[in-house]
Amino acid sequence: MPEGIYCNKQTADTPEEVNKLLSDTSGNLYYQEMEVLDVDTDLLWKTIQNTCKSRTRTWLEICAHCGMCADSCFLYEVNGRNPKQVPAYKIQSTLGEIIKRKGQVDNAFMRHAMRVAWAECTCCNRCGMYCPHGIDTGIMFGYLRGLLYGQGFVPWELKIGAGMHRAYRAQMDVTDADFVDTFEWMVEEYEEDYPGLTVPIDKKGADIMYTVNAREVKHYPEDLAEAAILFHLAGENWTVPSKGWEQTSLAMFAGDWAACKMQVESVYAAMERLTPKRMVGTECGHAHRATVIEGPYWAGRKDGQPPAPSIHYVEWLAEALNTGKLKIDPSKRIKEPVTLQDSCNYIRNHGLKKATRDIMYHIVEPGFFIEMAPNKEHNYCCGGGGGFNGIGKFRKERNIALIKKRDQILETGAKLVVAPCHNCWDAIRDLEEEYEIGIRWSFLKPLLIKMVVIPDHLKPEE
Amino acid sequence: MHDFLIGTFFWIALGVCLTGMLVRFVLYFRGLSWQLDRVAYWAHPKAGLKGAVRSIYKWLIPFGTRGWQTQPFITIAFFGFHIGAILVPLFLMGHGFFMEGKLGFRFFTLSAALGDILSWMALAAGSLLLVRRLVLPEVRILTTWNDILILALSMSPFATGLMARYQVGNYGFWLNMHILCGEILLIAIPFTKLSHVFLFFASRAQLGMDFGIKRGGMNGTKMAW
Repeated sequence: MPEGIYCNKQTADTPEEVNKLLSDTSGNLYYQEMEVLDVDTDLLWKTIQNTCKSRTRTWLEICAHCGMCADSCFLYEVNGRNPKQVPAYKIQSTLGEIIKRKGQVDNAFMRHAMRVAWAECTCCNRCGMYCPHGIDTGIMFGYLRGLLYGQGFVPWELKIGAGMHRAYRAQMDVTDADFVDTFEWMVEEYEEDYPGLTVPIDKKGADIMYTVNAREVKHYPEDLAEAAILFHLAGENWTVPSKGWEQTSLAMFAGDWAACKMQVESVYAAMERLTPKRMVGTECGHAHRATVIEGPYWAGRKDGQPPAPSIHYVEWLAEALNTGKLKIDPSKRIKEPVTLQDSCNYIRNHGLKKATRDIMYHIVEPGFFIEMAPNKEHNYCCGGGGGFNGIGKFRKERNIALIKKRDQILETGAKLVVAPCHNCWDAIRDLEEEYEIGIRWSFLKPLLIKMVVIPDHLKPEE
Repeated sequence: MHDFLIGTFFWIALGVCLTGMLVRFVLYFRGLSWQLDRVAYWAHPKAGLKGAVRSIYKWLIPFGTRGWQTQPFITIAFFGFHIGAILVPLFLMGHGFFMEGKLGFRFFTLSAALGDILSWMALAAGSLLLVRRLVLPEVRILTTWNDILILALSMSPFATGLMARYQVGNYGFWLNMHILCGEILLIAIPFTKLSHVFLFFASRAQLGMDFGIKRGGMNGTKMAW
């Protein structure tokens, strides 16, 4: 059974193993090796028999082949309405075919399935809402990704990403010490402007335990400071765990369910250790999906809930604004046409549309907020979801995928896009770089920092 | 022949259909797994039930969901076909009398004129569905011979029934063909895509529970998924 040095069925579990993968520039050797990687068809079929139960089998069987899902898929639309991009076709010709052939598929088929699973579906779940039979193709693609990952047919970056979670319990090589040091350092930077600003590490019984995206630690440390400042100004009793602080899960994009479990259990362990009243996660869509929506199931929690009530940053922020914990200086509200990106992972898939609209109500001067069309649960994926943003091999396809969001934004006429999700934020940044439509984009925290009223007792002494 | 069709074969067809669907229904729900499906079905029965009922109810109403609203052509063809396919077999006067003889009860009956209209509507709508299948590239790519066969089988009781109704040629022949087509259809239900007759409710209930429990329902979302 030929297994490559880089591309194989083994997981990368240690920093050394992850580094070895990283040493292969752009995954060139990895993808070369993939071309001769054997398919363990017996394992594939056995896995399917053990894990593909009535829901998925019924979905595949009763699909009426009506094609109503076609128009719901932005990838179908932006790829010239290519029939091969119809969600039902994509899943029937991959997962459906694997099951029909009882797992007896070859290397070329698996590589094709990998392309479809990661470059032709972002698991945005929009098609699921347009199917009369309630068939959610995005869920099936998530399942297919797991089968492909188990056989080593996974994009290089996501194999690395899943490995990072296994090795560091973070999506990047950020250690617990790095996290604590960076957070403390960033807070020190702002201490003078905000007297009394601290980052309480491992405080037990706090009202809020805050979790982040490792990217913030590595690339956008201001985000940590902004979070601390806003909690500080709102008078929150909050903390961050020194271990179990990473909310994201590239393992979820990769279909590495064992790594998903490891990752989310590290966060849950922090909740159990620190017993906060609530967990608040950062402005990230898939992180919320992984830790709050899907995570309980990976961790075997029968009630489908994390150990502590867990909310998205937009829920906390909407609450802080609605209750007056944070007040906005009306003169500093946004006074230019602005639109809002609804993240699939917590709007369509967790119903948080009201929270983001409440926030827009507070921070935008009346008349300047313009909804995209369609919006809320029906909004389109940013174009880079489900791991698409990070896969070099499918960059060209990803750039085409951005067209839908580009056109939606252009239609609004807005020059500023509020994107409270790392993936959406990246995609919108990339679409500006690629198509130069003259827009700016922002998370909520930096916008809030500029317009929030600092209570007198928290102002620096003159 | 006629006696066999309305006697033994009728009971076989009805028995296979009902037993088959009962088995499939039970197997479907027994095969649901809270951990593999990642839906806490049992932990939140109220939210689940609400989601399931809403999901089924909204999709049963013409233009009741965004999906139906955005695609009026198929919505009209779909409901045109399905309204006939449900009302005519159960409520046509002739069927009512047949049922009464066999099962000892019948439902209310449609007037003959309404029966005609619904039958023609089903045939016309079924033809539109077929044309749509062959004309639209996004549907054609999905279409298999099986799909066409199933559609033809579903339309055959209407076609043969109308031939008998208008006594085109040999009435007895068309009546027997009509009964045979209907009975083959019944037998096919549990084993083919026609299983959606029942499994539609199962599948919609599942997705309704999924969204109702896990993906927004418990956060107050009231949409139909």
